[in-house]
Amino acid sequence: MIPEIGTFALILALLLAVTQAVLPLVGAQRGNLTWMAVARPAAFGQFTFTLIAYLCLVYAFLTNDFTVINVASNSYSNLPAFYRVTATWGSHEGSLLFWSLILAVWTIAVATFSRTLPEEMVARVLGVMGLISVGFLSLLLITSSPFLRQFPGPAEGSDLNPLLQDWGMIIHPPMLYMGYVGFAVAFSFAVAALLSGRLDAAWARWSRPWATVAWAFLTLGVVLGSWWAYRELGWGGWWFWDPVENASFMPWLAGTALIHSLAVAEKRGAFKAWTVLLALMTFSLSLLGTFLVRSGVLSSVHAFAVDPQRGAYILGFMLLVVGGSLALFAWRAPRMAAGGAFTWFSRESMLLANNVVMVASVAAVLLGTLYPLFIDALGMGKLSVGPPYFNAVFVPLISPALFLMGVGPLMRWKGDSVPDVLQRLKWALGIAVATGLLLPLTMEGYKPWAVLGLGLSSWIALTVLIAFRERVKTASQLSNLPRAFWGMHMAHLGLAIGVAGITMVANYEQELDVRMNVGDQAQMAGYTLTFMGVQQYAGANFAATRGTVIVKEDGAEQFTLNPEKRVYNRSGSVMTEAAVRPSLSSDLYVSLGEPLNEELTTWAVRLYYKPFINWLWIGALFMVVGGFLAASDRRYRIGAKARAPAGPATQGA
Amino acid sequence: MTFRLIQQGFLTAFLALSLPALANEPAIATPTVPSIAQPLFADVAIETRLTDLSRELRCVVCQNEALSDSPAELATDMRQEIRDLMTAGKTDQEVLEFLTSRYGDFVLFRPPFKPVTYLLWVGPFVFLGFGVVVWFMALRSRRTFQSAPVNSAQLAAAARLLEEKP
Amino acid sequence: MKRWLPLVFFMVLVGFFAKGLFLNPREVPSPFIGKAAPTFSLPVVGDAQKAFSPADMKGQVWMLNVWAPWCVSCKVEHKLLMALAESRTAPPIVGLNWKDKTREAQELLARTGNPYVAVPDDLSGRVGIDWGVTGTPETYVIDREGIVRLKHVGPIDMDIWQNKFVPKLKELGA
Repeated sequence: MIPEIGTFALILALLLAVTQAVLPLVGAQRGNLTWMAVARPAAFGQFTFTLIAYLCLVYAFLTNDFTVINVASNSYSNLPAFYRVTATWGSHEGSLLFWSLILAVWTIAVATFSRTLPEEMVARVLGVMGLISVGFLSLLLITSSPFLRQFPGPAEGSDLNPLLQDWGMIIHPPMLYMGYVGFAVAFSFAVAALLSGRLDAAWARWSRPWATVAWAFLTLGVVLGSWWAYRELGWGGWWFWDPVENASFMPWLAGTALIHSLAVAEKRGAFKAWTVLLALMTFSLSLLGTFLVRSGVLSSVHAFAVDPQRGAYILGFMLLVVGGSLALFAWRAPRMAAGGAFTWFSRESMLLANNVVMVASVAAVLLGTLYPLFIDALGMGKLSVGPPYFNAVFVPLISPALFLMGVGPLMRWKGDSVPDVLQRLKWALGIAVATGLLLPLTMEGYKPWAVLGLGLSSWIALTVLIAFRERVKTASQLSNLPRAFWGMHMAHLGLAIGVAGITMVANYEQELDVRMNVGDQAQMAGYTLTFMGVQQYAGANFAATRGTVIVKEDGAEQFTLNPEKRVYNRSGSVMTEAAVRPSLSSDLYVSLGEPLNEELTTWAVRLYYKPFINWLWIGALFMVVGGFLAASDRRYRIGAKARAPAGPATQGA
Repeated sequence: MTFRLIQQGFLTAFLALSLPALANEPAIATPTVPSIAQPLFADVAIETRLTDLSRELRCVVCQNEALSDSPAELATDMRQEIRDLMTAGKTDQEVLEFLTSRYGDFVLFRPPFKPVTYLLWVGPFVFLGFGVVVWFMALRSRRTFQSAPVNSAQLAAAARLLEEKP
Repeated sequence: MKRWLPLVFFMVLVGFFAKGLFLNPREVPSPFIGKAAPTFSLPVVGDAQKAFSPADMKGQVWMLNVWAPWCVSCKVEHKLLMALAESRTAPPIVGLNWKDKTREAQELLARTGNPYVAVPDDLSGRVGIDWGVTGTPETYVIDREGIVRLKHVGPIDMDIWQNKFVPKLKELGA
């Protein structure tokens, strides 16, 4: 009964989405205020019914209704309740419903927080979002309904993939979806502007907070995925350049370029064409990600069950949405007037350079991700493009952007003087170069990439300090500084911290594979680890073997680590749960391998030492908080323009 | 393998025999010799080479994992095969050739630099180069871009607007 | 004119994606097609004194079927293989027992029938690696001179037999 209500709710949501799309868009074209006014109520209606549908699915999971095929394939009666809820987005169908729900959430957010916008613009934005909702809801109903039933239902479900039974899974997909679905808003603003022919600084001002919030969520989502993989997969990796990881990284790169481009469009009215194209590109990359995960065109650990028919439907949808928007762009491009002039040495030109580098990086990641497909489709064989390629290509490509991050925020708009900037930055440059060259001397092995990474991250950090110092001179106190200023520098500093962490981990991590008998000791990075044997216990839906390792560092308290091996009752899958000892300066990571004797007293154990890995997560957190701070700046909420005090560093972003 | 067991046995025997002797020692605490965990495979140098090389290789079963990390049985076999080849004195290049002659280039995560991959390796730097050109061209057009000249009537109107109360 | 570039670029991508929907990215093609079959000499399941080597099959077109007793898809394929063996029109099939206990293989064949002319025993999996085997079942077609001409990954059903194998075998004059 409830699943049928779910299907019915989806149908209603689809009808409301059609209304939300057609009437306001046509109304805006014709100046019909009544039709335009349909947008908001239709949006709220669509959200309500999408939510009802989603709650029906949750209900089916919570009540273990195995007559619903989706529940039977992804759940198990002993599965703890909160995993049953997260299992709603653990499958292709469920996650599509979740996608639609998140889109509906963003839609009503726009409907709510757009009172100061002209009605015509709101109607168009909600209309375009409605079109996207129509696409997803119809995809759900026609090819991927989560409410399909089987009678009689099986006595028991097949269990949720044990990899997903971790609380990282609870939070990673929602945040990720909030991010790349969120870019649908910036996309819709761009299409609305193209449709109306009005592409001005006001449009940039309205889009900007939406793009920034979506970016912050996407940053959070991507990093959570990385953190979860690190903790859960048991081999200490945190980024694999897997096609689906890339599918979330590309919108992030494009989204970063977008928020920076919007800054110029808002302040100086320049880069309008670039900015619109970036807005279209970012969401298109999100849709591309959706396509790649669900079509089977690329092989990936993340891929849902593959179905070329669904893939074809999504491709058709992409053709309409992306192709349509790019055609609209090409048609309206001549109408976009150029913005203010600027010289080669100005904040605009630095931001343009940043855009160029970010777009080149997106293109590079796209090339690497799709190349196996290109070659196969052309009948030229099969090859693989993996981490060694991406690491070799991405690091040199992104480094200029990291360097520019130090220079850009400190430069004037329109034009700045070279000697002036050099004067302000010469100490930072010197110290950064020295740090890069000298710091690796204190470590195990002098690695050239460490020089680059540490040099760049200290450069960024120092320029953030300079920016604060210069700004505080003119403002009376720190608390008077606008949130946009805090947000920007916090995000930049976060990236610097993250880059430092990545540099240290990638260059100086240690790994040790040992056989440990009860009582055996191993040494790594100043730690002495003693293996104390294993114990067996039964968890909620698994049987576990838990090892005990006592760790002692010279001059510090000893602590215990408990790596586990779990066998899940229903599926028989074996999971390795690593034990991690986190600290600001490193992670000690212990993973149980295979038992080497029948008595289970000798085990293959893998030990990892990961220096500064937590700086990645901390840096990312800074970026996320910085993004939210910047988006909540007064000027977006009140609509009054802040007066920019004199001095280049004090000029807001 | 057998040698390891003998070594382990010897160590255990040594400890077992020495413990009673230690127990009879006077009150000065003599630390017992802790048993040191042995590396899982005898030759650490080869293991390091193996790990570095197998990171560059794709597992043909769990296709989105590197050979170094894959839990698949075939992956364990292939790692053993590589270990044997290295112990027999083969270079990294020879090991790679061994694998690609059996599984094709598919097994390499770092695509070899050959005509079919020229575009792949050169592409990113071409993109960056192209971007630099775009940057220059955009700047050049900006520099010649002149804002429309402002006449005195516009200036007067602007002054009036500024005078008005908001 | 530059304004049309993003759209054009996207359409080219869509073309590749459309083609990609019909391809299987997980399939690993064999580098042996057109090359000499790798040699080996293995004891045979059922008679450890006898050995089998691909050279034994020179002069005729034959098939190497890589299977294992624990492999579920192989059991599905087994019926077809039995039918092919009994028909006498299909080439002889050699069944490589991949990485499993000899006794299990023997027992299974005794129970369900033996479609193979020989069952070499690859206990260690070394020969499998030499042939680029990634899993079971996999089937190779080798011609009279000992050159590998076809590799199929996965179980063979009637469709695949008719559409993929039969034309190739005709070509080789089997």
